[in-house]
Amino acid sequence: MDESRPIFIQIAEQLENDIIDGSLLEGSQIPSINEFAAFLRVNPATALKGVGRLVDDGFVEKRRGIGMFVTLGARERLVERRRAEFSTQYLTPLLVEAEKLGIDVDDLAAMLAALRSERTAS
Amino acid sequence: MTTTVARATGLTKRYGSFTAVDAVDFSLEEHRIYGLLGRNGAGKTTIMQLLTGQLFPNGGELEVFGRPPAEHADVLRRLCFIAESQRYPEDFTPAHVFTAAPWFFENWDAGFAERLVADFRLPLKRRIKKLSRGQLSAVGVIVGLASRAQLTFFDEPYLGLDAVVRHIFYDRLLEDYAEHPRTIVLSTHLIDEVANLLEHIILIDQGRILLDRDAEEVRGSATTIAGARSVVEQFVADRPVIGREALGGLSSVTIDGRLDQPERVRAAELGLELAPVSLQQLIVHLTGTDLAGTAEQEAAA
Repeated sequence: MDESRPIFIQIAEQLENDIIDGSLLEGSQIPSINEFAAFLRVNPATALKGVGRLVDDGFVEKRRGIGMFVTLGARERLVERRRAEFSTQYLTPLLVEAEKLGIDVDDLAAMLAALRSERTAS
Repeated sequence: MTTTVARATGLTKRYGSFTAVDAVDFSLEEHRIYGLLGRNGAGKTTIMQLLTGQLFPNGGELEVFGRPPAEHADVLRRLCFIAESQRYPEDFTPAHVFTAAPWFFENWDAGFAERLVADFRLPLKRRIKKLSRGQLSAVGVIVGLASRAQLTFFDEPYLGLDAVVRHIFYDRLLEDYAEHPRTIVLSTHLIDEVANLLEHIILIDQGRILLDRDAEEVRGSATTIAGARSVVEQFVADRPVIGREALGGLSSVTIDGRLDQPERVRAAELGLELAPVSLQQLIVHLTGTDLAGTAEQEAAA
């Protein structure tokens, strides 16, 4: 795991990613706190804090005595939130580095288009 | 609600003119895993010996389960202390140790001990003095885990244990702690290996507490900034510097504190490299007196 950021945030993000890419479907059960802790080799309190973020945001719900489940509509709301963060998280650092190397926005657009067609080809 | 299982106030232990533990205040809460960290001779073992009633303090107050631990059998029964080099009677075998263990530990789980013996491939019938260093450590680790004491101390428990066995120990510790929550104090130099297991960190240096914080707060609480010396120095000007290294015109400075997103962007714009600081690196910075001394002198100059 990445040393620079709190583990519980990384656990939360991993869960969010799993919901966004469909490996965790809406309505399906997620692993228990102790299963998370054992699998990731982290303190259960840390795992609880990570999963707790998704519970607080309504992406995961607890059902007493059964377990924790991905809520309906979680995926769509997560995608929306990630889109809102996309600019600061990805575009700003991209622009900073591009300016440093003298790549202007048109060059960037061309590079992205080229990269895109490469990926679809393969 | 958390319950405090141990509380020290002004706790002091002196050996002649040497002060091993110097008026420390701390508390241990129920059902947490603590890392008691620090360099050799920092006072970690002395603190654990005080907490387990093996030493009398020279000053201050110490309560474990509400009473001073020394000479209180009802308190001691709830404790387990696994020392770095535990001694056993000459002719004992591991089987003897595990047979005697339930006399001292009321929560002893013989079945769990048996599973651990298999995990660690420990020869039960071999005499203790014929065991390898690692096998001897395994005996201690098994006692520490299977005793399920409400307050368990592991003092450098794994001398001679290889990486595979250490990871079995971490896995079993986490699994069993999840099912049977209790307070565990781990003292170790292998900080990066255990960093993720810990919920709270107490860092000791020269008998005093340098840091007493949640592990999550400590993680990522320091940042290393590297780049052209003048640019780095300007960037860290008003920040608390805890480490400084220089190579020609380049320098690498570690600061105590996080950088927020705008600061990260600014650092990138200035061409500075940012690197995370692991718990182990942070502790080296905080307790490496030579390094810190140089940094202070440089900062003052």
